[in-house]
Parts: sequence; structure tokens; C-alpha cells
Amino acid sequence: MTNYLVEPAPHIKSSLTTQKVMLHVIIAMLPTVLVSAYIYGLRALLTVVVCSAVCVLSELVFEKITKRPRTINDLSAVVTGILLAFNLPPTLPIYMAAIGSVVAIVVVKQFFGGIGQNFANPAITARIVLMLSFSSYMTTWSEPFYYKNTADAVSTATPLVSEKSFELFDLFFAKSGCIGECCNAALLLGGFYLIVTRIINPVTPIAYIGTVALLTWVSGGDVTLQVLAGGLILGAFFMATDYATTPIRTSGKLIFAVGCGLLTFLIRNFGSMPEGVSFSILIMNILTPYIDRLTASHPFGAKKEVKSK
Amino acid sequence: MKLHSIKLPHRKASAEMPTLKTLNPPKVVISMSQHGGVPCTPVVNVGDEVKTGQIIGTSEAAISAPVHAGITGKVTAITDIINIAGKRNTAVVIETSHRQEMHESVKPPVVNDRSSFIEAVKNSGLVGLGGAGFPTYVKLNFDPKENRIDTLIVNAAECEPYITSDYRALVESPAELIGGIKLLMKYLEIPKAFIGIESDKSKAISVLTELCRKEKGITVQRLPNSYPQGAEKIMIYNVTGRVLKEGGLPMSVGCLVMNCSSVIFINDYLKKGIPLIRRRITVDGNIVNKPLNVFVPVGTQLSEIIKLANLRKIPDRVIFGGPMMGSSVYDPEMPVMKTTNAVLFFEGAAALAEPTPCIRCGRCVRACSLNLMPTELESAYDNKDIERLKKLKVNICMNCGACSYVCPAKRNLSEKNQLAKILLRNGGNV
Repeated sequence: MTNYLVEPAPHIKSSLTTQKVMLHVIIAMLPTVLVSAYIYGLRALLTVVVCSAVCVLSELVFEKITKRPRTINDLSAVVTGILLAFNLPPTLPIYMAAIGSVVAIVVVKQFFGGIGQNFANPAITARIVLMLSFSSYMTTWSEPFYYKNTADAVSTATPLVSEKSFELFDLFFAKSGCIGECCNAALLLGGFYLIVTRIINPVTPIAYIGTVALLTWVSGGDVTLQVLAGGLILGAFFMATDYATTPIRTSGKLIFAVGCGLLTFLIRNFGSMPEGVSFSILIMNILTPYIDRLTASHPFGAKKEVKSK
Repeated sequence: MKLHSIKLPHRKASAEMPTLKTLNPPKVVISMSQHGGVPCTPVVNVGDEVKTGQIIGTSEAAISAPVHAGITGKVTAITDIINIAGKRNTAVVIETSHRQEMHESVKPPVVNDRSSFIEAVKNSGLVGLGGAGFPTYVKLNFDPKENRIDTLIVNAAECEPYITSDYRALVESPAELIGGIKLLMKYLEIPKAFIGIESDKSKAISVLTELCRKEKGITVQRLPNSYPQGAEKIMIYNVTGRVLKEGGLPMSVGCLVMNCSSVIFINDYLKKGIPLIRRRITVDGNIVNKPLNVFVPVGTQLSEIIKLANLRKIPDRVIFGGPMMGSSVYDPEMPVMKTTNAVLFFEGAAALAEPTPCIRCGRCVRACSLNLMPTELESAYDNKDIERLKKLKVNICMNCGACSYVCPAKRNLSEKNQLAKILLRNGGNV
């Protein structure tokens, strides 16, 4: 006699998987990958490929050594790799990018229990580690299309602190900075895709960018420059929206994003560094468990817990 | 405040198929535990001849409902079965004889006041047909002095995919529904009634709206087309704006909630006196060639429904009830209960996918209409953290399954909530 399979309800599930979520994020980053290869040359593409490959490889090796289940199929290591590359200048020596990738996956992600368990954003933390380790390389920026003009990289200041004035067109389509920051139009296209596919909650980028813009406007700064010249668009759409390291509820995401905006404004205007997006997000990552506790929801119709003596 | 809900595929392929006439199975296996509450004791013996509508099981307990024979025939066994809830209970097996006739006790009940109305509903064997299976007369037997019930809510949401048995009942017996509502309003002195129905069931809505125009105090209430609209708490909130407190019954907020098929049954019972011996079920699933609705006697076995179902292949999974909250059936001999509103056949074991780690995406949190934290509840259960489970209010989870449905990591969140509730009930002993 045939017996049928038994399983707990529900007996149907949505088709969305972790792998598909990560694939959506990768698709959203592709325009920027392609445009950066055009603006900064194949060197930028090489950095993206090396970071992704090293991230996947270090996850594979780490899980092999520690005898943990293999998780590279979820594609989250690829996302981390591309994001890290987005946070590096195009001229960074490749071995440094590789070191950053190992730090991101092994130290920041796997040491804390792997996907979903890490409290800090792996790409951002790795970027900061590289910044402290290889400061001069990490702050050497190149003009767009430098590879077409001269044999060597022409170093330039980040537009945020540059004396030069910038055309709005350049700020949108081709500017100097990290690989991922070169083209805000491509980033916005990807960010829009993530919102439409419901992978990210639009509250985060809107509140983050809005806070920076508002504070800059109130303090009499150049709003366009503050929003578009640095890494704000990249951070707001792709890093401050990371699931594992940001609050889980929409109200928490709002607090998180406003906090990021405030910190970015403070660091940029009163700190010793030109850029503040990475540190802002990292600091708010640390505060995430507290924000989650603060925004705990009240279950529908639940009675207040009566303390028993 | 808008409650969270999720979008589900509808797959209501059987919606426009008129219900087939009653199946005539060679044998029925009638469980003595068709309802929430105390199981019945058989009042027939092996070898007895029974007629359709005859009482075969009763109980003296306060919360119970009598069980009647669904076919005319001979009692061939009184045996133990494992019922759909996974519990062992007694069942009466009746094998059909060629002549089918109604038992002499089947006649319209004499109803002239509140208590005779409730007595009639008690004798009819009616239990909540939406799936919960609570004996209906218990719900009606509230003390009008203590609980002032001002609103009757007829639950016609039918928010689960595939199932259309309530929808067919609405479009095939709209006048009977209104009749049942009027009886309930009259005898229980309830001034107003709402028919809560998902906004996409436009055909049923227009028929009912037309009928309600002539009636005082009955309103068709369109509800958002999302899951779980049909859950009692959600229904009460979306229709009246009242919040049912943790552990409270609908009467505490002045509401009486009844499934639409139950209301239609009350109307028919008062007219004809035929007890609850058959019900309408939806037969569907991803390997069913011709999805349909059919009346079957309570106790009809799955094997008989398979013969009717026109399946493309041998099913891997069979579900009694909806795909969100129904139960897996492993035994081809499993009988249909009073509460079985659908029998679904599936190939593949999609829901058995291996869970991957939680990525904290928050989809379960945004899916929970009761504002619970499924992902935190899961880790609290895994750590057997009793205090945390209490604090996070796992007890109010209604097992709608929305969290498990949306989880991209395919974690069995709602299953863990059920296990957590058992853990709390056992005082923390696994």
C-alpha cells in the first residue's frame, strides 16, 4: 500500500530563496560593474573578479577546514566580493584587494557564524582594515578614463574635498572615487531594481540620503556635492540595506538610516576624514541590536505581561 | 492600523464548476471525534442496520456534538483509527446497502425560541465547517445578560489557495445563507450582520449585495484580497475594528463569527431536519486534471475520492484542508471529517526543502498579521528559552503559516511555533 509524504503546514512555499535574493543583488550591481570597467578600464573589472573569486574561495576553504556545511551556493560571498571591490580605488594592487576579501569573509563573516550571523558589514569592515593597513594606496584616486590618457595613474583628490567645481553631468555619470562610486546613474538604476523586486526596503536609502541632504542644506553646504560626490549613493542602497547587519523592522530601519545620515554629516564636516559613509554604517551596525530591541513590536491583542512574584 | 498580510497565488480552478451531486461510497468510516471537545461514544453495535441521518454516536459532555450515519447500511465494525489530527479514536464503519433511505428521526425540528433554536443546532451535529470544528451550539449558547453580542460576522473569506467549497456554497445557495443569517439574528437577538468576503469574489458579492438590499441590518463587507483574511481575529478587526485580546473569545468583543457554510447548514436543517452527514469538498492540486467540488458523506475514504479525482499520476502528498493550514494525510483509507473542506493532491515535496541559515531579511516579521517575531521565536524555541517564548507571545500564533511561506531560507517557522506552544503547555518539559 502506498503511503504519502507527511510534512508540517504550510504545504506550499514561495519560490524566493536566499540564492535568488543574492542573485537579484548581483544583477543590481552589474550596471555599475560594467560602467566601472568602461570608466576605469579593465583593471577595475579585474578587481571585481578577484575579490569575488577570493571571497568564494575563502568561504569554501574555511568551511572545509571547520567542517561546516558548504554555503557558497547561496551566492552571498559573491555579493560581498563585488561590494568590497566597489569600495576600493581602481589602482589598488590586486594582492591588497585579495587580502581584503579574506578579511571580509573569514574574519568578519565566518568567525561570527557565517551568513546572517555577522554583526558588521563584511565589505565595509574589510575596506576599513585596508584603509588602516594601506592608507596611501587606499586614498589614491584616479580621474575617469585615466587609462586612455597617460601610462600611469593620475592621482586626484576625491571630489568631496577637491577645490575644483564639478559638472552635475559628471557627478551622475563619471566621477573619480572608488570603483563602485564612479557612476551614480548606474547605482541608482541598480537601487531602483532592488526596490522594485522588493529585495530592499526603500525607507533606508530615502531616509539616509534625505538626512544628509537636509543637514547639509540647513548648515548651508552644497547639497548636490554631498549627496553625489562621495560614496553616499553606494552606501545607502547597497550597504545600509544589508539584511544581517541592519534592523529587522521598518521603524528600526528608519532609525538606522537617520543615524547613518547624521554620522555621515558629522564625520564629513567635523571629522578628520573626507568620507564618512563606511564608518557611519559600521557604527550603526553595532547599534543594530539595540535599535531592534527599541523597536520591538506589540503583538496584536497581547496582554501586558504580569510580573509574578 | 493596517495588519500585515501576504499575497498568495489563488489557483481557484474549481471556482466556476457547479458542485457534483453526492458521492455514493460503498463504505464510510465515521470518526467519533469530528469536533473540538469530547469524542462521542458509539450507540450502535456491529451488525446493526442503520439508516441515513440516524444518530450513531453521542456524548453527555458539555462540549461535544452528536455524530450521524451518512449512508444507509450495516455497521460492519467499530474500530480504532488514527484521525486527521493524529489522534487515536473510535470509528464506526458502515457498509452500504442498495436502498438508501432517511431515518425516521429526520424531520424538521420545532423551533420557536432561543433555547429550542440552540437545542436544534446541538442535535444537528453542526461543528464549525471552516476547519476549526468547534461544536456550534456551544458558541451560540452565550449568556445574553453577560455578553451583549451586537454583531454577527459570516466568514466567507476563504483566503486559502485552491479551496472553493465555501465560494460554491455562496453562489449556489445565496438565499439559504441570508435565511440562516436571519434565523441567527432573530433567535439570538443580534441587531446587525456582516458577510465578510474577499473583494475578488465579485460574482458572489454582487448576488449577495442584491439579496441584502431587501434585508435590514445585513451588509456585505468587502475585505482585502490577501491572506489570512479568514482568521477569526483578523476578520473581527477588519470588519469591526475591534481588537480581540489574547486568550479572549469573540463574544468578549460583542461578535459571533460563523463560517458561511455553517450558516447555510443551519437554514437547511431547520427546514428539512437532515443532520450534518455530508459536506461539500474541493478536489484540486497540481496533478488533478479536472478540479471540482462534490458533496461527500462524512466518513468517505480518501481512496474513494482518488477514484473520482482524475489524477495525472500517483500523488506524493495529499492534503486535507487548505495548503496553508491543512494536514498531510499518509493513509489512503483516511476518512473525510465534518471539517474537511478540501482534498488536495500534489506531486513533489516542495515544502520539505532543506532549511538554510536565517539571513535576517525580516520577511516573516512583515508577514505576521499578529505582529509576532517568527525568526526570534524560532531561536527562542531552539534554545528552549521558556521566558523568552512567553515574552514574545508565541501563544497567540494562530498557525496561519504565512511566515514559513515567505521565508527565503525555507525555515519551518510556523512549525516551530506550534512546537513552542506544546513546550509551554507542558511547562517546559520537552
